[in-house]
Amino acid sequence: MINFHVNGRAVQFDGDPDTRLLWALRDTLQLTGTKYGCGIGSCGSCTVHVNGKAKRSCITPVSSMAGKSVTTIEGLAGTDGKLHPVQQAWLEHDVPQCGYCQPGLIMTTVDFLQKHPEPTNEIINTNIDNLCRCGTYVRVRKAIHRAAELSAREK
Amino acid sequence: MRIKSQASNLREPDLSRRRFIIAGATLSGSFLVGLPLLGLADAEKASEGSSRIGYFINILENGDVIIGNHQPEIGQGLRTTLPMLVAEELDIEWERVRIESMPLGIVKTADGYTWKYGPQGVGGSTGLTNNWTHMREVGATGRLMLMQAAAQLWNVPLEQCTTRPGQVICEAAGKSASYGELVRLASALPLPESSPALKTMDDYRIVGKAHDNLEVRDIITGKTKFGSDIQMPGMRYAVILRSPVLNGTVAGFDDTATKAVKGVLDVFPIEGPAPGAPYFILAHGVAVVADSTWAAIQGRKALKVEWTQSPNREDSSEKFWKENLEMLSGKGQIVHDQGDFPTALAASSKVIRHTYEVPFVSHAPLEPQNCYAWVQKDKAHVIAPTQSPSGASRSANAVTGIERDNIEVEMSRSGGAFGRRLTTDYVAEACIISQKTGWPIQLVWTRDDDMRNDFYRPGGTHELVAGLDDQGKVTAWSQRLASGSKYYRRPDMPDEDLWKPELYPDDFPKAMVDNFRLEYFHNFIGLPRGSWRGPAHVVNAFVIQSFLDEIAHETGQDPLALRLELLDRVEQQPYSSHGGPVMTPGRLSRLLKFVAGRIDYGRKRPEGRGVGIATHFTFGGYAAHAIEVSVSSEGNLTIERIVAAIDCGFAVNPNAVEAQLQGGTIDGLSTALELEITVRDGQVVQKNFNNYPLMKIKSVPSLFETHVMNYDDTPTGVGEIPVPPAAPALTNAIFNTTGVRIRRLPIADQLRKKMRS
Repeated sequence: MINFHVNGRAVQFDGDPDTRLLWALRDTLQLTGTKYGCGIGSCGSCTVHVNGKAKRSCITPVSSMAGKSVTTIEGLAGTDGKLHPVQQAWLEHDVPQCGYCQPGLIMTTVDFLQKHPEPTNEIINTNIDNLCRCGTYVRVRKAIHRAAELSAREK
Repeated sequence: MRIKSQASNLREPDLSRRRFIIAGATLSGSFLVGLPLLGLADAEKASEGSSRIGYFINILENGDVIIGNHQPEIGQGLRTTLPMLVAEELDIEWERVRIESMPLGIVKTADGYTWKYGPQGVGGSTGLTNNWTHMREVGATGRLMLMQAAAQLWNVPLEQCTTRPGQVICEAAGKSASYGELVRLASALPLPESSPALKTMDDYRIVGKAHDNLEVRDIITGKTKFGSDIQMPGMRYAVILRSPVLNGTVAGFDDTATKAVKGVLDVFPIEGPAPGAPYFILAHGVAVVADSTWAAIQGRKALKVEWTQSPNREDSSEKFWKENLEMLSGKGQIVHDQGDFPTALAASSKVIRHTYEVPFVSHAPLEPQNCYAWVQKDKAHVIAPTQSPSGASRSANAVTGIERDNIEVEMSRSGGAFGRRLTTDYVAEACIISQKTGWPIQLVWTRDDDMRNDFYRPGGTHELVAGLDDQGKVTAWSQRLASGSKYYRRPDMPDEDLWKPELYPDDFPKAMVDNFRLEYFHNFIGLPRGSWRGPAHVVNAFVIQSFLDEIAHETGQDPLALRLELLDRVEQQPYSSHGGPVMTPGRLSRLLKFVAGRIDYGRKRPEGRGVGIATHFTFGGYAAHAIEVSVSSEGNLTIERIVAAIDCGFAVNPNAVEAQLQGGTIDGLSTALELEITVRDGQVVQKNFNNYPLMKIKSVPSLFETHVMNYDDTPTGVGEIPVPPAAPALTNAIFNTTGVRIRRLPIADQLRKKMRS
């Protein structure tokens, strides 16, 4: 039995401890906002936060979650429905096309901005490596800058 | 198993005049799809009325309007753009619009199945154009019925009634009422015989203005349900181990270890088609059904399957490219011959000849194929990310034997599609597994399943030949192509028609060059082929737009001037394939001149910097790119600046068009930079994004301009149009900078190799 927290809620997982966190979130906890894209930690669609840090859940065994705290895209906005600044920026720039990779991109960006609150294009280029097959990168870049602005304002 | 081509099974029935009116088809031939069809008209129309006017409009008491969407959403934004058309004509505030998904609507008639809501499906960039008139008529008819209801209620002539957003008003009587107050009365009225006149451009309040995606909030909070997110009570998860070798079949398997995996519930073989035969599912394999995705994947890993010797076991990319060159050294099928090409070539002062190779590529949508299916005794329910819900219905019917009336097909939002989801092989697979087990099934494809079981864009070798007169003017042109046609396993497809999806005779430069010949050679490789965003246009634009630059270079002409000279030779040309009936070269010139101007094309650039341009007409729409690159002495390429322009006639939602122009450009560049599917020993080599590396944000310049340039008041398609010119603009820029001509895609490490040697 593995005990951990997801979006502030205590959960117990009693299946195969080797199960990837992604499938535990999706199949067991019905949190389908976290997406499967590659299964090898390459595309970033499955990105969640573990103790506040971005983690690719498709290659993370659920056994390593014991005692940890996971946040998924469903838990990012406030309980009052107020969007996270990164989501707000994504909304303002109407970033998604198909939308499939966007939860992972947003979770990646939230962590990225914690480390790089004033990102240059260069810093974005070297740190954001999520794949978007629709090619929303032009708007992703704008939204990252906007999110940095919104986050700074909130502080 | 035999299948018919996509469109043939569904056609409009031969309706009597009465039925014709009830069906709500207008004289223009389009469906008034807000209106009930056939006998359903009476059955569904409650005498006391309802909040619904027809199938598409649901007006709530609080004034919100729920607009039905009957088309697949694959990222092109149709679920926002089509409701804009309804809202415009219905005359409501955009802020009041909500959308609901409609399932596949088909109705059985004496003449076969017909559409209940109008044709459903997206491909060939027709999602908007096919619904442009019809969705506006839905809105306009709804508005008329609301006004009729008000006129009746107030006992005033209809002519005295008009609307302002969300309300009918009659100034003469001093009356007004909200749509919410009138809808029950309106919904019970007889249907108008034809649609009222539609607005013209000057009257648009919503159409033509940029609107954000209606579903963006759900997407960014993780609420949106894609196909793979469907979860139902009692549902099990399935994966299939498909033959790794093209067209391999199952000789036997040992599932002892698989069944020992906790959670695995069932294991059984799945039969695929004969090699090269038309198909519902693509590959032979063994299905593993489990109570979780993880267990199914682990069970599959433990499976031992013995495959038969496939006739394609020796297929390889090397062999394919070699065979193409051998074929090109002989005589092929002349598929278009205008003027006298051989004589003109012989008489020309200069002959230029180059060969280009364009690889097989995979669709690789970020959401792999998947399908929810529950097949019961005499009914089935399917939810799938698909571009073709009717194809899904036919596939489900073909493999289960259940009547199509009893197969409910819903479309989830698709995590990308790019042409992959025109094919519904995964729907057939899910139905087979559900029927065999009796369980509701979520069929999961892993990334490697998706990459190795695709319908790839055909690869091909192109030889381009041009003859020029002593003024440097092009007088003869031929394109000779050896490729694997995407029509290779269509039913009843004669070999002499295999060229048709690979070469489009009406494309540039048909009307501009008097002596013009197209020649085709078919390579029967076993790799499955299908439609990939912009299909052959992407391939041919690369080849033709590269060759034009080569001609310019070898004759000392400017690449832009050469293009403009050719495009200016005719004002308009007939265009018989999809995107016609005419192509207007001047629209390409306009875009070319514009992008060249924006990038300051004529400016002398420092060493290591250069620009390239290209343009192409695809499916009715026009696009052009100008790209500036820098290349280091080591051959490291940086895209410095992109200027992209599209003329899609009239941009209904400029925001969505801009998104497609950005994304389509990146798709073209991403594919040209690194992407190729290869075959070794009859197996697809690439399995995941580590060896099929899509472009990342770091390769997309921050200097990226998009220009949506209206031309008239008629929208053309959008989704595929920006892709074709992107790659040749890039490779032309590379040549302009380095003198290295890229004649084989992807670019990969060619530049580094050549610059270092």
